[in-house]
Amino acid sequence: MIRDITIGQYYQTESPVHRLDPRVKLLGTLLFIITLFLYKNPAGYALGIVFLLAVIKTSRVPIRFITKGLKGILVVLLLTVIINLFLTPGTELVSFWKFTITYEGIGVALTMLFRLTMLIMGSSIVTLTTTPNNLTDGLEKGLGFLKIFRGPVGDVAMMMSIALRFIPILMEETDRIMKAQLARGADFESGNIVKKAKALVPVLVPLFVSAFRRAGDLAMAMEARCYRGGDGRTKMKPLIYKKRDAIAYIILFSFVILSVWIGRWQVISEFFNSLYLRFILK
Amino acid sequence: MPLILDHVSQVYNPDTETPVRALDDVSLVLPEGQFIGIIGHTGSGKSTLVQHLNGLMMPTEGNVYYNGKDIADKDFNKKELRKHVGLVFQYPEHQLFETDVFADVCFGPKNMGLTKKEAELAAFDALRKVDFPNDLYYASVFELSGGQKRRAAIAGVLAMKPDFLVLDEPTAGLDPVGRYEILDMVSALHKESGMTIILVSHSMEDVAKYVERVIVMDRGKVAYDDTPREVFTHGEELEAMGLGIPESTRIARMLKDKGINVDPDVLTVTEAADSIYAAVTGNNK
Repeated sequence: MIRDITIGQYYQTESPVHRLDPRVKLLGTLLFIITLFLYKNPAGYALGIVFLLAVIKTSRVPIRFITKGLKGILVVLLLTVIINLFLTPGTELVSFWKFTITYEGIGVALTMLFRLTMLIMGSSIVTLTTTPNNLTDGLEKGLGFLKIFRGPVGDVAMMMSIALRFIPILMEETDRIMKAQLARGADFESGNIVKKAKALVPVLVPLFVSAFRRAGDLAMAMEARCYRGGDGRTKMKPLIYKKRDAIAYIILFSFVILSVWIGRWQVISEFFNSLYLRFILK
Repeated sequence: MPLILDHVSQVYNPDTETPVRALDDVSLVLPEGQFIGIIGHTGSGKSTLVQHLNGLMMPTEGNVYYNGKDIADKDFNKKELRKHVGLVFQYPEHQLFETDVFADVCFGPKNMGLTKKEAELAAFDALRKVDFPNDLYYASVFELSGGQKRRAAIAGVLAMKPDFLVLDEPTAGLDPVGRYEILDMVSALHKESGMTIILVSHSMEDVAKYVERVIVMDRGKVAYDDTPREVFTHGEELEAMGLGIPESTRIARMLKDKGINVDPDVLTVTEAADSIYAAVTGNNK
């Protein structure tokens, strides 16, 4: 039941994408998301899709794993599409009762669907190909410049890696406690919502107790090893850019430039589009 | 009413690159009234196996039958099965949640649909069976020692009056005295009420002293299923599985190899001492 959650899940395999420096992947995701908002024509969408598919192919993560992440936001996706479809003013296509679908509405809805889907898929590629530890290392080093402004980058990175580390532990613990209570005849499925919420008490109380116990143990273990905050800590495996990271950056920036170029090109094609529309309407 | 496992397999992560066969074609008959030990190294599948006994896990291949009925059937009442097959998890004290011990032990019987009074009687009976100190019945679970918490948790399952009591590593994390207290208590339960006990452990010593039948698990398969004496004749094979035989048996075997007339099949310290004493006094004559 709990195994279905894929957020932050890592897919273990050997691939060029897995081996990339996490900073490349983080900046890459950021740039990829920005480019999604530059396109205004099918050529741009096609470019984005081709780029994403190429990355997925190189990462050797089965596409099933990536689309699984979409299931969780299916409701949000549908809602966005429906709202945009019916509430965008413009040229009427069909109309029934109080609802009207416009040409512009279809356009906006499809654009939104495309952007959100690509956004989720693009970011799940990063978590699927990067271990949580690597991810926080990348964040720590990538955001290192904030230290100039006295930002507690090291501490925040430590908190993040601990939080990430605890997610699977607590999920496993929840699973175990649920099973232990099921073995004592607990029933989590039947009854109305109040009864179901009450049935969770025997799970939540031990879970909280165990979370506190683990946090206390961890704090003690860290103090015993002289942890005094993140400043000046060295790493066993420091992040160093390699040749493949440079290549990845080149590919990434070429993609961004191409996207920007197509985005500008769009201004012209939009002009033609509007002419075309006007021609059809006449 | 016996529990029967028929060619049961359990595969974790079946459609990834690293599928794990936690159980691999396991067939067992667990009749009522036996005291059974399941041993295996970490990751041998013993914890997975016991979760199939009360329907917490369903086999990916094969079937589990209780009382002649397939537990995977749609109309099979799993709650009823869990009443008959009580499962005590590893570190069971982590499941305690009520404000006091007595209320926590009542949780199981209440879920079984007993009235408040019946549930309290069952809880009282269970706490007495695990020798829980009288003056701590209404103490908060956080005030108890490790061993006391463990007893309270075992009582929580015992209060449902199961026919099978399955204990997954009941002695984990306890000191030697606490370990033998728990094991003696379990053994007494078997003797007095004839309850079927299934004891999961990685310690040969624990198992050898108490059980009448040993099931050895190795990498998801049943390696041996016999009396302790018979199983321990496979010393080398057990060693290869990371298990080994009880210390007393090992020493007796070593003495025998050196030409001293000791019974090589002893299981407990007492038996070994007696046998060595007899051999030594015999030699002295």
